[in-house]
This record gives sequence, structure tokens and C-alpha cells, in this order.
Amino acid sequence: MQLPNPETLLAEITAKIQAQLQPNSALVGIHSGGVWLMQRVLESIRQDIPFGMLDAALYRDDYARRGLKTEPKPSNIPFDVQDKHIILIDDIFYTGRTTRAAMNELFDYGRPASITLAVLINRGGGELPIAPQIVGANIALKPNQSLQLSQDTKDKLYLTLEANDA
Amino acid sequence: MHNPQLDANGKLKHLLTIEGLPKKILTQILDSAESFVGVAERDIKKVPLLRGKTVCNIFFENSTRTRTTFEIAAKRLSADVINLNVGTSSQSKGETILDTVDNLIAMHADMFVVRHGQSGAVHFIAQHVPDNISVINAGDGRHAHPTQGLLDVFTVRRYKPDMHNLRVALVGDVLHSRVARSEIHALTTLGVPEVRVIAPKTLLPAGVEKLGVQVFHDMKTGLKDVDVIMMLRLQNERMTGALLPSAQEYFKTFGLTQEKLSYAKPDAIVMHPGPMNRGVEIESHVADGSQSVILPQVTYGIAVRMAVMAILAGRQAGGGA
Repeated sequence: MQLPNPETLLAEITAKIQAQLQPNSALVGIHSGGVWLMQRVLESIRQDIPFGMLDAALYRDDYARRGLKTEPKPSNIPFDVQDKHIILIDDIFYTGRTTRAAMNELFDYGRPASITLAVLINRGGGELPIAPQIVGANIALKPNQSLQLSQDTKDKLYLTLEANDA
Repeated sequence: MHNPQLDANGKLKHLLTIEGLPKKILTQILDSAESFVGVAERDIKKVPLLRGKTVCNIFFENSTRTRTTFEIAAKRLSADVINLNVGTSSQSKGETILDTVDNLIAMHADMFVVRHGQSGAVHFIAQHVPDNISVINAGDGRHAHPTQGLLDVFTVRRYKPDMHNLRVALVGDVLHSRVARSEIHALTTLGVPEVRVIAPKTLLPAGVEKLGVQVFHDMKTGLKDVDVIMMLRLQNERMTGALLPSAQEYFKTFGLTQEKLSYAKPDAIVMHPGPMNRGVEIESHVADGSQSVILPQVTYGIAVRMAVMAILAGRQAGGGA
């Protein structure tokens, strides 16, 4: 399968995010891929927007099955969430469970005016009534496939697709 | 050697002592605690990790602060908390430790936080409980107080992140201190190259050098160029016989004053596990001074205890990676 160039997709979602910005907007990236994307978006749009990062690990519904991650990354929302229009950024949208966890965590910081979900890729397979509003590309993948966004040493984004046949 | 704290997959099952815990697990606890520090700074100071779990604080020996911080930690993880001061309950009516524990197991508790006046009592309970229950040692006799040791190294790491380049001095009653033992194990496991103990001979256990520390008997040479000073409480309640001439005499020689603090590096931090005996082991001026991180220790203590409980509860759930 020919994977799209994530740098091109990033440019597309950056333009869409920029079009949606309002005076009261804030960006929140979900660790780790979402945070890289958010940082790149901030560099491109060159505007002074409040931003933060979330690791929704403490709110996940599969904690009971998987336990705590060995390398958690602290959440940091240094602005007042109350009445903000939040653009939540993640790399790959799959079941929607990460988004649910991230939204629950956001609400513990305050009551946002709205939340918009922006993702680089929607791979299909949603299990909850949650869908991204801003999407770089839709790629239908099978459950045994795993798509991963990574960064090389020069902060260039690349995608890897792995099939787990076991 | 079999380590009763770890399960067959090498995951943390109970937290009984820092001795013998791999560096990987210590680092995992400290890194997780970083995530929990932020929770306390939010509007809603709660995460849902332990929702529906019951944490039982069983204190065979009194300790208001430790019990309170464990209770806050469990509640911020959304657990239900039951506090038992066994000293004032069934034990005085003649119930054995294991009967007390069995009753709590029958009430479907998920985690026990245990303090006991006797070394080894918490290990004993950990060996007795069924596989789905985790036990955390909140201090047993002179043996160990692992969460205090962890929160102390967490505090050190926050102020002095380069652990491989530090000189740390523990001052005072090492003999009776379970905190000192836990601190020494944690510091050496995390790679602190130089750990010193400063105390009169009567307050040092025999063979303390075997723990990998340098021994000093006076503050001037002992504190020279140290980055971190960990004061220990003079454990009056654990002292038998005449180990010290008097509290005043002790203060004169080993009490941390502004003058003695000046022997250490100018940016050295001062720590104390509490409760403090002001004017005995530490001067008020120093305890409340700009180099003191004694209150941040209390704040970080909650985050570290949340991390320990979250990791233990995650394992209980049968979790793999």
C-alpha cells in the first residue's frame, strides 16, 4: 500500500486549522504524535495561541487491561480551559477511545466552549460516536494492521505500516 | 533470588522495601509521579484510575502525616479509602494481625497500606494475602519506609536532575531510621556517586559502610561541598538507654544551623522527612529558609504515592505491557 506523505497531510490540516481559528482558540496535542503535529502547526501559523499537551493515559478505559504505561508523559495545560474553543490534535484516529479519554481529562481542567478534533489520518474502525472534523487523509486499514507516525532526527515526519499476522 | 515484591513477569506486585528493586522500576515510579504532580495543580484534583477499588490504610502504629498523604493519594485516584487505626481497635481486644487482615480481605479490599512497629511485619502480611491484593509498606520498625525514600529521591531529582553528579549527606539518627535505609538504597540504585552519613557513633548501625556510604562524625568535614542535606528526625520514641547526653548537646554538634549549612555548596537543598524537632536536629531559621525544600517534599509525597498505587493497581488488573 502506498502511504501518503505525512508532511503534505500536515500542510493540509494546518490550513484547515488556521481557517477555524477564533479569538478564543487554543491548541492541545495528544502525546506523542499529536504534540509533534501541534508544534509544527504553531510554527507554521505564527500566531500567539495558547497551547498545551495531554497524555490521556490516566483516563483510558483499557487501563484495567493494560496497566499504566511504562513511560508516561505529564499532561500540561498551562492556560484556562474555561470557555476556550479547543482544537484537539492527534496523529491517527482509530477507535475514538483516546479521544474520549482526552476529552474527559480536558473537562477536569474546565469547561471548554467547544472541542474540534483534528487528525492526520482517519484509519476507520471507530467504536464510539466520535469522529474527527479535520482530517488529512482517510485510509481504511484492517484491525491487524498498525499505522505509526514517527519523527526522524531532523524532525521530519514519516509513517510506518505494520501487519500483525499472529 | 526470589524477590517477593515482583511477580513472575518482573512487575511490581507489592512495595515493601527499596532494597533490591531494579533501577528500571524505581525510574518508572518517579517518571509516573511527574504525571501526578500536575493533577494536584488542576481545578479537579482527581483522575479515575482506581475508581471502584478499595484501599485500606492499616496502621498498627500511629502516623498522622503518612496516613493522610496515602489517603489523599488514594482519593485523588478515585479509590474508596478505609482507615484503620488498629492500635485503637481490635488488636487491643486480642485479635491477631492475620485475623485483622483476613477480615479486610473478606470485605474485598484491593490494596493494603500497612504501617507496623515491627520490622518485617509488612512482609509477613504480603506473603499472606491472595494474589490479587497488593501491599504497600508505610513503615515497618527500623527496617524500611519505601515511599518516603522514593519521595525524597523524587525531590532530589526535581531540584538536582543530574543524579550522577551529586554529593548527598544524611545527618542524624541513622540507627533508628527506616527512612535513612530507604533513602540510601534509592540514591545508590539511581546512580548517586557519593552518599555520606554524618552522625555520632552511638546513632550509627554497625557495618553501615556496607550500604555503600562514607561515614563522618563531624558536620564541618561531612557537609563540605554537598549538594543535598537530608536531615533525619531524632527518634526519641525508639531510643533505649543513654545514646545521647542531651538534646541541647546534640543540637550543638549535629543540629543544622545556618553556620553549618554554609559548609555545603551555596545552592545545596535541605530536606527533612518530618515531623521536625525544631531546635534539636534543625534550626528554625534553616527549616524555613530559602534552601529548605521540606514542604515541597510533602507535596511530592502525594504524587509519588499516587504513582505507586497506580502501578500496583495496573498490575492487579492482569495487565501486560
